[in-house]
Amino acid sequence: MIDLDFTLRQGPFRLELHEQLEGGITALYGPSGSGKTTTLDAIAGIRRPSSGRIGVGDRVLFDAGRGIDLPPHTRRIGYVAQEPALFPHMSVRRNVLYGRRPGQKLSLEAVASMLEVGEFLDRRVPDLSGGERQRVALARALMSAPDVLLLDEPLAAVDVERRRRILPYLLRVRDDLGVPVIYVSHDRGEVDQLADRIIVLDGGRAVPERA
Amino acid sequence: MELWTITLLTVGMAAIATLVMLPPGLLLAWALSRGRFRGSVLLETFVSLPLVMPPVATGLILLMLLAPRGVLGGFLATLGIEIVFTWKAVVIAMAVMGLPLLVRTARAGFEQVDRRYEQVASTLGANPFRVFLTVTLPLALPSVMAAAVLCFARAIGEFGATMMIAGSIPGSTRTLAVAIYSFAETGRDTQAAQLVLVSGAIAFAALALSNWITARSGLRA
Repeated sequence: MIDLDFTLRQGPFRLELHEQLEGGITALYGPSGSGKTTTLDAIAGIRRPSSGRIGVGDRVLFDAGRGIDLPPHTRRIGYVAQEPALFPHMSVRRNVLYGRRPGQKLSLEAVASMLEVGEFLDRRVPDLSGGERQRVALARALMSAPDVLLLDEPLAAVDVERRRRILPYLLRVRDDLGVPVIYVSHDRGEVDQLADRIIVLDGGRAVPERA
Repeated sequence: MELWTITLLTVGMAAIATLVMLPPGLLLAWALSRGRFRGSVLLETFVSLPLVMPPVATGLILLMLLAPRGVLGGFLATLGIEIVFTWKAVVIAMAVMGLPLLVRTARAGFEQVDRRYEQVASTLGANPFRVFLTVTLPLALPSVMAAAVLCFARAIGEFGATMMIAGSIPGSTRTLAVAIYSFAETGRDTQAAQLVLVSGAIAFAALALSNWITARSGLRA
């Protein structure tokens, strides 16, 4: 279970969330500027809430009251941003293996075959297409055996045809690996297709869905 | 033969000075590139001082610190370490005078590294030190190399501070710049002119290398 109960101020903008999420895929849906990416940044430890608490399972990642603020590298949160940000100076294989934790069960072969990235493991990053980069970024995040996977519009830069081909991979992450996913999108069709539950954000708050 | 000794000595000591300054210099450059922190402006100003202060003034400060009766020199003397008027003093003068160029150039390189790569690395479980070694440093490598070359070139030409704390002892502290001055002053104009050619060639090669590295990385990005 993911416990999000925090307030984050950023200039005049104020993001306030009180949500408890079960596993599966949760979509954060809303217009730009509604706080979707900021929410992911807060969970990953890149931005710091001004108050409240963030927990995953029985691990507390942030608790302003108790002075807990785990640094990003100890949070075990996989984060794939809109721009995949593959390390340009490493091969695809070194990218995927970068975050591998010793003793984790997931093998490179399993992840590579699930996301079908095996064939370009030995290529250079600049030689990959946009969709291939997204799959590699996803594989890289999964190899770090995250407790939660955050996806920030991972398909925004991909054309419709590729998008349709990548969606099944995301469902596999949920169904085969059982990793909870928090998925940011402002594409309603995509959200309906993927999400087990939807949180609609508007102006930094979760609002009831309009019918 | 003397010319050969002077050149080798200068190049060797400049290389040592650059290597010794690289770890602290890169650490400083990295810290300064990560935005403001308490005392960062003061630190940056302090590091850059040798760039604008008269080198002899910097040399005098070093002399006061490192002389056997100086603050640091006194302590080192009790350990049996002598600094002033030895090759170590030359290396220290070169290092201090080269540091500003090293830090400023490397800092500009670190600032150009996209923070997203560092953030991704940290979410993948890399601690800040590993992020620096595996992501920041390799991505800023052209600037870091250019910074080291500039520091080296500056060290080769060091004169003022070297004269103050190391003097002009043949075979030990007489570097290219110091030797040119000594030779010209004692009327050995031919030797002085030869050394001018040598130091000009080294400086040209170093600057060309530094510019080539920068231009190449610019094309690639």
